[in-house]
Amino acid sequence: MTKLDWNVLDIDYQQEADRIAQRLREVTARELHKRGLVVAISGGIDSSCSVALAVRALGPERVFALILPERDSSDDSAARANILASHLGIRVETVDIAPALAAIGCYSARDAAVRRALPEYGEGWRFKIVIEGGIDGQINRFRLVAQSPAGEAVERPLGLSEYLQIVAATNFKQRIRKNLEYFHADRLNYAVVGTPNRLEYDQGFFVKNGDGAADVKPIAHLYKTQVYAMARFLGLPERVCAAIPTTDTYSLEQGQDEFYFALPYRAMDLALWSLNHAVPAAELARVLEISEARAEAVYEDIRAKRRTTRYMHRAPILVGEVNELDLAH
Amino acid sequence: MHSMDHKKQIKRFVLENFLFTDDENALANGDSLIQKGIVDSTGMLELISHLEETCAIKVQNEEMIPANFDSIDAIGAFVARKLAA
Repeated sequence: MTKLDWNVLDIDYQQEADRIAQRLREVTARELHKRGLVVAISGGIDSSCSVALAVRALGPERVFALILPERDSSDDSAARANILASHLGIRVETVDIAPALAAIGCYSARDAAVRRALPEYGEGWRFKIVIEGGIDGQINRFRLVAQSPAGEAVERPLGLSEYLQIVAATNFKQRIRKNLEYFHADRLNYAVVGTPNRLEYDQGFFVKNGDGAADVKPIAHLYKTQVYAMARFLGLPERVCAAIPTTDTYSLEQGQDEFYFALPYRAMDLALWSLNHAVPAAELARVLEISEARAEAVYEDIRAKRRTTRYMHRAPILVGEVNELDLAH
Repeated sequence: MHSMDHKKQIKRFVLENFLFTDDENALANGDSLIQKGIVDSTGMLELISHLEETCAIKVQNEEMIPANFDSIDAIGAFVARKLAA
């Protein structure tokens, strides 16, 4: 067996960018029969890379970008998204989705659930959710990490029903965004681009019928490390290339890896690659400089998340056959 | 409640809540709930909440490992250990 090292994630970015652009042209024209692509951009690396690839495929005049901030988005995200849109020379529209979210009950349902765990929570408080246990070989559980208006940090264990309601309410954000993406896609006769990287796609780090909904997902096969390198190859603005991945979903700043993944994203990439290529846990442990037991726990956490989120990838399940639709084409 | 009764009650809960059945044969006591795709990680938390409520036990973080909850036998043994402690 060849020894595992970080270079396994190296690819030829010129060739891959051209291949993705070629495929996006084919898919949009011949499979989706649309005239262009809508991409919601957050200022994060994945949507930035996706929109740049869309431009490489169809040219700037056939790409329409949306910036969709709400109460808990950071201003810097929208600023980066605007810099990117100018850089690419594409049309961009910004819609503040906070009023829609307030009207539909996103914030009130969320806050009611947070208050069940932390009664003093209210105006001026910020919070995030932390998932823990999986990396230690335990069943994943949830913890609320909050900050009072005075800056005091408070932590509470989060019961399952409170956790589920906070997530359900927060998912309105991704689903309302998707409504706007499809409004513009329908209006322009364009298709919608989904922007997950491989780690997110594989591990179900998306909202079903929210950011998970799309007509084409051009970077779902690329590891996060490769998305960063692709952004550099595509010459995207420095502020975009250097962006640290956050969920941009909860009011207290939160790294994606601390929320959902067992390890920082570079290490997660390598772990996922290794699991996909049947590399023994001991070998992964050596490269990541962690114990073999921990590497084994990381593998198991990846498998567990695959099992738990598998249904999110599935089209609605029919209970009888409708073969005449021939949906492969 | 006797620990044998706990095990029966746990099995009834798993059958009703995760498989929508009262057929005792739908699940063997030694079956892996995870490997058989009956309970996922969210289901595990539901199961643990249920045990805490009905068996009057408190599951500690370090006890929240799949080995303690992966079958009716394992859960029964875990609850019996907790109640004896």
